[in-house]
Amino acid sequence: MKYLASMIVALFIAVSVSAGIIRVGSKHTHKTVRAGINAAAAGDTVSVDQGHYRERNLVINKRITLKGNNRPILDGESKYEIISVFTSGVTIEGFKLIHSGVSSLEDLSGIKVSNSSHVTIRNNILEDTFFGIYIQNGSNSRIINNQLRGTSLEEQRSGNGIHCWKSENMHIARNSISGHRDGIYFEFVKNSVILKNTAANNLRYGLHFMFSNDDSYLDNVFRNNGSGVSVMYSKRIKMLSNHFEENWGDAAYGILLKEISDGTMEGNYFTKNTSAIYMEGANRISMKQNTFKDNGWALKIQANCMDVVLERNNFIGNTFDVGTNGSLVLNTFRNNYWDKYEGYDLNKDKIGDIPFRPVSMYSVIVEKFPVAMILFRTFITTLLDKTEKILPSLTPENLKDNEPLMHRAF
Amino acid sequence: MNKIVKYVITDILRNRIIIIYTLFLLASALTVFSLEDNSSKGLLSLLNIILIVVPLVSIIFSTIYVYNSAEFIELLVSQPLRRKSIWLSIFTGLASSLALAFFIGAGIPILLYQANMIGLTMILSGTVLSVIFVAIALLSAVQTRDKAKGIGAAIMLWLYFSLLFDGLVLFLLFQFSDYPLEKPMIGISALNPIDLTRILILLQLDVSAMMGYTGAVFKDFFGTYPGLVFSCAVLLLWIALPIWLSTKKFKSKDL
Repeated sequence: MKYLASMIVALFIAVSVSAGIIRVGSKHTHKTVRAGINAAAAGDTVSVDQGHYRERNLVINKRITLKGNNRPILDGESKYEIISVFTSGVTIEGFKLIHSGVSSLEDLSGIKVSNSSHVTIRNNILEDTFFGIYIQNGSNSRIINNQLRGTSLEEQRSGNGIHCWKSENMHIARNSISGHRDGIYFEFVKNSVILKNTAANNLRYGLHFMFSNDDSYLDNVFRNNGSGVSVMYSKRIKMLSNHFEENWGDAAYGILLKEISDGTMEGNYFTKNTSAIYMEGANRISMKQNTFKDNGWALKIQANCMDVVLERNNFIGNTFDVGTNGSLVLNTFRNNYWDKYEGYDLNKDKIGDIPFRPVSMYSVIVEKFPVAMILFRTFITTLLDKTEKILPSLTPENLKDNEPLMHRAF
Repeated sequence: MNKIVKYVITDILRNRIIIIYTLFLLASALTVFSLEDNSSKGLLSLLNIILIVVPLVSIIFSTIYVYNSAEFIELLVSQPLRRKSIWLSIFTGLASSLALAFFIGAGIPILLYQANMIGLTMILSGTVLSVIFVAIALLSAVQTRDKAKGIGAAIMLWLYFSLLFDGLVLFLLFQFSDYPLEKPMIGISALNPIDLTRILILLQLDVSAMMGYTGAVFKDFFGTYPGLVFSCAVLLLWIALPIWLSTKKFKSKDL
């Protein structure tokens, strides 16, 4: 058995040593990338020189590395899918892909990877592609340091930046995506890591995933997307240290959590969103050490959420801290810092002695009659709010933080 | 006319009330900014001062001043002066001294701590509100010779603009909540200068919350150039109209 293993290792080394480099460019025998790929054997590197290549649809059927020197341009002439990968172990790096075709029927993409694993897509620039990078039924692949800039103007005729369907163990890091429909789109994607990406100014969502369990989202920035971030029907997700910023509009949310269970959200920053978090049917979510700053609503938590724990978060400068739609409260608020807290701390343990009710009456009124927003901060509404604080009648009586912090949690 | 304005201003500035008012504004603005850990909360407290205290002081002080200067006004009328210029001089003197008091008391701290669009809007709003409520005070004071009645009317007017009007609007809102009220609301807000200035400040202060659908309607109107021109025009009208009416009344008034 041991002998066999070392044989395989030796064979592997032999193959990688024998890997050739095939050069493509106007000065070389292979003038087109297609010719270069045709000439390559599995394990070879096809090295493409600078230039403008109109290759229609490049199909990669063997395990090669496609490498661009000085960022050669692959042009889809607004008709074709630019690169289609059908085999595992392929690496694509250093290209600039422009003008893919547009077809909602075939989901034409800059790079489409089908039924493959161990694919690496690295350091590419994609401009004016319909879908950017499209992975279907892939695994153990890496999408790193690409820049995707879509030019879509309307939702119906636009594709997603990084689109993964039925995949697992993906590693998506340091990409920046703008001008697409959804920045990053996941459906049935498991055990994947999404790290340090920036999705800004996309038409619909910065990040959109459904039925994608056990994924981690770390250090990403989602800014000024049409409807913010929307995540649904997923279990055991981790969202740490992400930034959700400037998602403005009535139906735009910093993050919308629908039917999300057993998630962790820690150390995230929510800044200047109309609604920072909107939760519907979310269960067993732990939210700790997040910062909510200058949002319209920091948290809209519907009454059908259960066992959501909010602990040691900072709520600073939000117009409304918490909004809800019912009187049933099955969630826990504990040790948060609320800048609207007006209580005292007699025993100096840095925890306020009277509970804080984050749902103001006026937020309940605005929820029912949105036009009432025009009377916000008038003398009479402030008066109503104060009365409600003393004798809660409209606001849910149990929605309160019994141990609010006197100073910022961190 | 310039002489009368000068006389009115020196008379008011010698008055202790206006100095106390300036100091009060200065003290509260400075405490508000230095006590709160974030300056946006300070702005909020200051907003309440601007929307409540400034109109109150402007309207009451001006009314009392007009009644107390009744003899002085009679003396002026006996001189070869046009009544119109006497009345306008009194208005100019009152308005400029109250606006000055506001600018020194609240404007300078705001410029020190919040020299941005929000701060500027607040200073402008406070100044305009001072002038508007002087104009309204003159209108109410010219109606009656009875000092108690006049001051009562001034207090009622202040109460109406800062409290009752919003209560009525809230009531209307609940009654007609089935109808799209966004656009009518813009018109209704023009009926109260305090509301109009408040909305202008709100659009800067709570910009995130205002980006919801309803807020967006307001933002689309007040945040654009024609909307800004509209609000400025309405605010100027709130100065011009009471002054015009009171001048007309004063011209033919039996003193």
